[in-house]
Amino acid sequence: MAVAESHMDQGFTFSKLWRDKRYRGVLMQILVIAGLFAFVTFIVHNAIENLAALGKTFGFAFLNTPASYDINQAFIEYDSRSSHFRAGLVGIINTGVVAVCGIVLATILGFLFGVLRLSNNWLVSRLVYCYVEFTRNVPVLVQILLWYGIIVNSLPTPKVAAADHGIWDVIFLSNRGLYIPAPVFGDGTWLAGIALVIAIAFAIFFKIWAKKTQDATGKIYPVFTINLAVIIGLPLLAFAAMGFPLTWEIPELKGFNFKGGAVLKPEFTALWLALSLYTAAFIAEIVRAGIQAVSHGQTEASYALGLKPSWTLRLVVIPQALRVIVPPLTSQYLNLTKNSSLAIAIGYMDIVATIGGITLNQTGKEMECVIIVMAIYLAFSLMISLFMNWYNKHIALVER
Amino acid sequence: MSEAYASQMQVLDEVAIRIQNMHKWYGEFHVLKNVNLTVNRGERIVICGPSGSGKSTLIRCINRLEEHQRGDIIVDDIELTNDIKNIAEIRREVGMVFQHFNLFPHLTVLENCTLAPIWVRRMPKADAEEIAMNYLEKVKIPDQALKFPGQLSGGQQQRVAIARSLCMNPRIMLFDEPTSALDPEMIAEVLDVMVSLAESGMTMLCVTHEMGFARKVANRVIFMDGGEIIEENEPEEFFNNPQSDRTKLFLSQILAH
Repeated sequence: MAVAESHMDQGFTFSKLWRDKRYRGVLMQILVIAGLFAFVTFIVHNAIENLAALGKTFGFAFLNTPASYDINQAFIEYDSRSSHFRAGLVGIINTGVVAVCGIVLATILGFLFGVLRLSNNWLVSRLVYCYVEFTRNVPVLVQILLWYGIIVNSLPTPKVAAADHGIWDVIFLSNRGLYIPAPVFGDGTWLAGIALVIAIAFAIFFKIWAKKTQDATGKIYPVFTINLAVIIGLPLLAFAAMGFPLTWEIPELKGFNFKGGAVLKPEFTALWLALSLYTAAFIAEIVRAGIQAVSHGQTEASYALGLKPSWTLRLVVIPQALRVIVPPLTSQYLNLTKNSSLAIAIGYMDIVATIGGITLNQTGKEMECVIIVMAIYLAFSLMISLFMNWYNKHIALVER
Repeated sequence: MSEAYASQMQVLDEVAIRIQNMHKWYGEFHVLKNVNLTVNRGERIVICGPSGSGKSTLIRCINRLEEHQRGDIIVDDIELTNDIKNIAEIRREVGMVFQHFNLFPHLTVLENCTLAPIWVRRMPKADAEEIAMNYLEKVKIPDQALKFPGQLSGGQQQRVAIARSLCMNPRIMLFDEPTSALDPEMIAEVLDVMVSLAESGMTMLCVTHEMGFARKVANRVIFMDGGEIIEENEPEEFFNNPQSDRTKLFLSQILAH
């Protein structure tokens, strides 16, 4: 550093600004920062002037005024007298719910299809191949409309569905959604809740203990099976001990629709299925690539050492495949989350449909609404990125 | 001299591997034709032949990386059938070293060596590590134990691969062209390890074109061509007095330079 500085001190000439790498680097950075600053200033100034010309002010006070529109799926209390802020909150939750459900289902289907695509069974691998090629080559908006169309147009009306007795008169599939009995937990459920917490704590402890025991004595426990049994069994046992304090709320036809029970609305179902199936096709290809990236020699070496196929998969193939899979998997999760904004096409009330749609139209606060929507997607995306980057680092391969 | 050297190593009167009338096909292609081979405990056998002659396939049949379609293979008195238990048992007793090392890149050198003892032999970690360090010392790279395979040279990686196999304490070792992927100056360090392994009395089957190694260590050399064993003999006789024309041609080609 000192050497470089003393060298730089040796007579600065003007021509060095573009002929000397170091001076040129500094000059470039100054120019870029100045340019960026000028651009931002221009944009802000332009926005202020235009708002003034339109006689508008900038501010978020509108969020406290009544929204006066209905939302068909709200996980928190909401009615048309609630504020725009609350409508936005409902939208955020709806976006989050469909994104999380979509990511979970897309991951499960994607891994399943990715593995099946590699199957030795010609029929299975061809079927998955057709699914993948069809799904990822048709725009996701078309697929959302397709699923929505199927649900709304081909399923019976609630009245017909009820007349057909559904399934045992408790589950009804109609064009207003899938209605199933909702569990109503009575007194004493708390014990099962506590049991679940205890079971999870036990599972974590047992996993650590089993690893320590294996290191010390070489004994191998079937950790996954035992933990699964405990996590399912213990709460069930506690529930039984309290005499199964559970009743079911059965959906019933009232007027034009069912009342009671739990429901999967057509909008949510269509969006969820379309996004999941679409993204699953991409994930399937990523998973296939990841598994194929692990050379056959790795499996052979593992077999030759006497490791059985399930351990080979777990100890040799998956750890290596994951480092190929995770980075592109992150982009697929981000894509799915952002694609959920297409919800507006079928009237699923996500953040775009609430704040970016009806609220924007009613209040005329375009700038504020778009900023809010963008900030929320940015927040969702950054959270996913942060988590996946952490996970990627966790499994990354140290090489060279 | 080499004759005397090889005879110092003891061959027991106990059968380690018996292959009888064995055939293998890849689809329509007949890869191995009526192979008969009996290997006694302590024997060091070098298998050579032109590429595509079925030498690798033959030794890969011994630990069931390849399946044979007809005939019998009996390893350590266990017959190789579709019985998964038999296959697992044989793989525990038979070590294998590959042309491309096939070390696990996500594990350290030490973890590469302890993986199978811990999971297959159900060994406590400390014991497995002690054994691994012992073998890493024998292949002269104990100081690399905590590095990852990608950080080692080819010769070092192949020595780790040998140590990894030895950690399972196998009774038979298979070598599938262990020096073919190495730079010339690294071949010697790997061959040195294999020579000392032979001196320790290990039963070895080695597919290689290292004729110096064959002369020095092998007690039998087998020449294969077109999926058949054409000729087998003691090294001195094999090199000095080859019987078949195909063997003569092959030897003239590989010894020409």
